Amino acid sequence: MIELQNVSRTFTVGDQQVAALRDINMQLGEGEYLSIMGPSGSGKSTLLNLLGLLDRASAGTYLLDGGNVTDLSDVQQAHVRSQKIGFVFQSFHLVPRLTAAQNIELPMMLAGIPAEERKQRVAELIASYGLSERADHRPDQLSGGQRQRVAIARATVMSPAVLLADEPTGNLDRTTGWEVLKLLEQLTERGITLVIVTHDAEIGARALRQIHMLDGAIISDEKRAL
Amino acid sequence: MKLADTLYFASGSLRGSPTRTLLMMLAMSIGVAAVVVLTALGEGARRYVINQFSSLGTNLVIVLPGRSETAGIGAGMMTGQTPRDITLDDAEALLRSTAVKRIAPLTIGSATLSLDALNREVVVLGSTASLLEVRHMAMSIGRFLPPGDIHESASVCVLGIKIKQELFGNNQAVGQWVRLGDRRFRVIGIMSSQGESMGFNTDEVVIVPVASAHQLFNTAGLFRVLIEAKNRDVIEQAKREAEEILFQRHNEKDVTVITQDAVLATFDRILTALTMAVGGIAAISLAVAGVLIMNVMLIAVAQRVKEIGLLKALGAPGRQIRNLFFAEAVLLSGIGSLAGLVLGYAGSMIIGQIYPSLPVSPPWWAVLAACGTALGTGILFSVWPARRAARLDPVAALSGR
Repeated sequence: MIELQNVSRTFTVGDQQVAALRDINMQLGEGEYLSIMGPSGSGKSTLLNLLGLLDRASAGTYLLDGGNVTDLSDVQQAHVRSQKIGFVFQSFHLVPRLTAAQNIELPMMLAGIPAEERKQRVAELIASYGLSERADHRPDQLSGGQRQRVAIARATVMSPAVLLADEPTGNLDRTTGWEVLKLLEQLTERGITLVIVTHDAEIGARALRQIHMLDGAIISDEKRAL
Repeated sequence: MKLADTLYFASGSLRGSPTRTLLMMLAMSIGVAAVVVLTALGEGARRYVINQFSSLGTNLVIVLPGRSETAGIGAGMMTGQTPRDITLDDAEALLRSTAVKRIAPLTIGSATLSLDALNREVVVLGSTASLLEVRHMAMSIGRFLPPGDIHESASVCVLGIKIKQELFGNNQAVGQWVRLGDRRFRVIGIMSSQGESMGFNTDEVVIVPVASAHQLFNTAGLFRVLIEAKNRDVIEQAKREAEEILFQRHNEKDVTVITQDAVLATFDRILTALTMAVGGIAAISLAVAGVLIMNVMLIAVAQRVKEIGLLKALGAPGRQIRNLFFAEAVLLSGIGSLAGLVLGYAGSMIIGQIYPSLPVSPPWWAVLAACGTALGTGILFSVWPARRAARLDPVAALSGR
């Protein structure tokens, strides 16, 4: 599904080279549930951005769904993001002037899917995420939990293969955070590969597979027994 | 992404900041309205002048005494000679040209017109029966000057409508005798109202036979000879032949012959150039509006960095993001120019109401040019902001950096 071979990423800060990722090797199967943990600055977000094709590796190879996506052009990368990758952010990143339904519809609109199909798919998702009464509300009229549910609906509306979540519970209170987490975990049952970046050990521990990072390198990669 | 969706999304982001959007549209519409109104004024002035000229008559060739009237110092002044008069015989001789349909000699002067105790100073035109047709004048009551021998100084006159009103009020004027200078004339007709043309009001003139006018002013020379050519194609021929005939009679070139067409064409060129210049100046305001659009677009890009990052994360390639910003610019300048057109036409109509004699209407090319410039500058000045947005690094943009 996902395979990183000797991937590294260096940033140039001033005239200094800073290694954010060093020689990362990892494989991730379909429907796997992975958490990436580590202190801030350990490179976990960089790894997530790289997996999401928002960033490019300085060296190494990235295989996604059997295809090499390391050297795709910007347009091709965007296409892969549109079709195969969903993002959930800590700060939700909903478009403030659009309603919940319109926010969910956005990826389909960008992909050029006909309006009727979009409406149908959005209606399904809104119902299944329990947002029916909130569909026509704008983000500022929604609670944090509702906002993140809208964001998850948006991330899954294109039926991606991979869902990348960067601190998805970071801006939520504990109870709501757990609800959102459960929602994400249910997605893996449908075969979506879920990657969660967090610095919260308790949340990270729920994942079946946990990667710990430090200074841009993977220091541990453990699978938890079911 | 579908075009309709692109426009919808762009209009959504415009509605998201209504004040900014309205201000930009206002700038755009003021620019377009300025072009429309100013060119409408210029075009109105052009048409006004042309109408004025056309009302003088059609296919006119005008003979003036003296060579090149506008020169300050002519050959005659240096040698102590004055240009030779154009006499009535000269005028009649012009009819020998096959291109000439009819002629109207013209003598002009002023005299005191009096009836009983009333008197006023009036402009007196001396001419012949042909003047009516040559100058496209119309009678209200009675007859115009009788046709006949050009040398016959009949004591008849035709009054302008205003003179008639002042002198006779609502009483019958035709058949009455008036005194003009030291002669008595019988009123045989009243001109219908024509208003002013080329600074010359036919409502306030008295027309007498040209021979009578010569006696009145003690002169033998004509002020002008108006020649009406048979048709448009022989105007040049009429001009040439008029020059020849008078050269044969005078043995020197001491008259100036101009055609109405030439004068008209000159005015037309001058005023068209003026209209374009004024329109061009107004177009500068459109360019300013374009710079404003660029400025505001750059702010919009900066303000919506996170949204742009999000769109990229959701799978929008740079091209799509650029198109979104282009769509915003097109919508802004499109709606702005529409509003400007409405404003401009409304302004032109108001000016038309205030100055009814000025045929104010924006020329089609100016309207097209204004809208084109508005859209062009709108798009041109959004290229840079749109590219900037399209090139944003998604990771940095998402974190708002």
